[in-house]
Amino acid sequence: MSSSSALLEVRDLHVFYGKIEAIKGISFSINEGEVVSLIGANGAGKTTTMRTISGVRPVAQGNIFFEGEDITKLAPHDRVARGICQAPEGRGIFPGMTVRENLEMGTYIRGYKSNHKAQDLEHVLTLFPRLRERITQFGGTLSGGEQQMLAIGRALMSRPRLMLLDEPSMGLAPMLIAQIFQIVKQINSEGISVLMVEQNATQALRTAHRGYVLETGNVVKTGTGHDLLHDPAVREAYLGG
Amino acid sequence: MSLSEVFRQRTQPLTKMGSSFSQLSKSVRYSIIGILIVAFYAAPYWIKVPGLKWIINTPGTSFENVLTDQIMIFVLVALGLNVVVGLAGLLDLGYVGFYAVGAYTTAIITSAHGSLPWLAAIPIGIAVSMVAGVILGAPTLRLRGDYLAIVTLGFGEIIRITANNTEWLGGPRGISNIKRPPSIGPLKFGVLNAKPYWYLGFTIILIVIFLLRRLERSRVGRSWAAVREDEDAAELMGVDTFKFKLWAFAIGAAIGGIAGVLYAGKVGFINPDNFQLQLSILFLSAVVLGGTGNMYGAIMGGFVVAWMPERFRNFSEQRYFVFGVVLVLVMVFRPQGIIPRRSAAAGISQKGESNV
Repeated sequence: MSSSSALLEVRDLHVFYGKIEAIKGISFSINEGEVVSLIGANGAGKTTTMRTISGVRPVAQGNIFFEGEDITKLAPHDRVARGICQAPEGRGIFPGMTVRENLEMGTYIRGYKSNHKAQDLEHVLTLFPRLRERITQFGGTLSGGEQQMLAIGRALMSRPRLMLLDEPSMGLAPMLIAQIFQIVKQINSEGISVLMVEQNATQALRTAHRGYVLETGNVVKTGTGHDLLHDPAVREAYLGG
Repeated sequence: MSLSEVFRQRTQPLTKMGSSFSQLSKSVRYSIIGILIVAFYAAPYWIKVPGLKWIINTPGTSFENVLTDQIMIFVLVALGLNVVVGLAGLLDLGYVGFYAVGAYTTAIITSAHGSLPWLAAIPIGIAVSMVAGVILGAPTLRLRGDYLAIVTLGFGEIIRITANNTEWLGGPRGISNIKRPPSIGPLKFGVLNAKPYWYLGFTIILIVIFLLRRLERSRVGRSWAAVREDEDAAELMGVDTFKFKLWAFAIGAAIGGIAGVLYAGKVGFINPDNFQLQLSILFLSAVVLGGTGNMYGAIMGGFVVAWMPERFRNFSEQRYFVFGVVLVLVMVFRPQGIIPRRSAAAGISQKGESNV
């Protein structure tokens, strides 16, 4: 149905919280193999957009296409099965499960019989050596940064086609932030497309191929990461001049 | 050292017992389980053991009747409610409703409107309670936390009040002449001897424990754990949260229903007053007291909540005061319950549990 060859296409999306229209008809797309960033201030609708793509928030109007299929009405678990996996904002991990159990939940959608689980676990633990040290600890005992890594690692375990990262750098020390964006690049180099929501616009735009600027529920600007990074208006508003 | 630390250390062996037990060799483990099973089958005779008699003594009622009318029922119900509250993390305050459905189904098909044997009430009672669980769950499981608790609370009351006001269900007079379980050889299910009911009930408890253990370690168990830990995150990892919550309700309801079937078959007479709201609260106390999310904790909690008021019957009017004080003390010094879940023992609290 979708005319474009985009991996994910969002067309004229409207989302409401009660009577408040949080997303007012935005459109954007992500091509296979791309890293795309949504940037914007608090309340611009970034997290809402992510939650809507995951299927946790209902759509009032508009459509979401994944590989040409209209997934607007699909349940969240059906979207995960199609290869869309989100690492939620902040502490979206299972606090009472160990790090290993958390990561194993990532393979949930693939079922018991799926192969390569040990391999995938090894891969994630190599990517995040910190998680290997903490493998038997409960998720709830990890630091904020470690929980963030765990959420990303868990999403990777599902072998997604498209990974949704909601504020991956939130609340992290500067050194860790650089590391997280490095990992985003590496994940992308393995063929996984990434949609990332960020307040840390500089880092996000440096990492992304393309970006969209959200303002109070609308897309106000779009371009390559490089162009947006050097756009005077964007610099003024989001990059501290 | 604070009093609560002393208490925690004293009860630490209970927490550790589980992990050291699984390290024993298979033959040793099976022998221990075998001995425990025999010991529990012999529970009606515990009262004959001199030292034990002093502890478990139930003045005013024979211990075997306490065992069958109270303990057996509470242990089963706690096992079922633990699936809903402990495993899936859904706060259900109307669990007595499913227990009532099981008991009323038995009464209807064996006495009031049919003459089927008691055995037929087991599958039919389970089926009807499961349907009740789904009927309650399907529209309400979209609610979370406190809202779900309030709706379920209403459900328990609806069942009791409906029974009270429906002539077909015997109204306030209830239903009598409910059939008893059939005698098997020397095991006669009559009025005088309660022991056969315990053998039957404990067998059912064992079957439920066995099935729940299988379930808990399956994909269903993992889905429940994920829902309990963080429903949003579970959804984002691909768990069909609604489906598994509904399953938790249905399975919990089924176990509550079996308890009702057993109860009706034992006492032979039920009326709406047997299914008061306070039972729901006591059922929930049993689960929380024992250790939310730990099956063996739930069993322990069921035992304590059922037995303690009988133990302190000599205190007459004050016995519920003693009971209340004990509940408060356990919750102050061991908020995770007597035998907590692994993660709760480590001091991790779940998001969804703040409402419990």
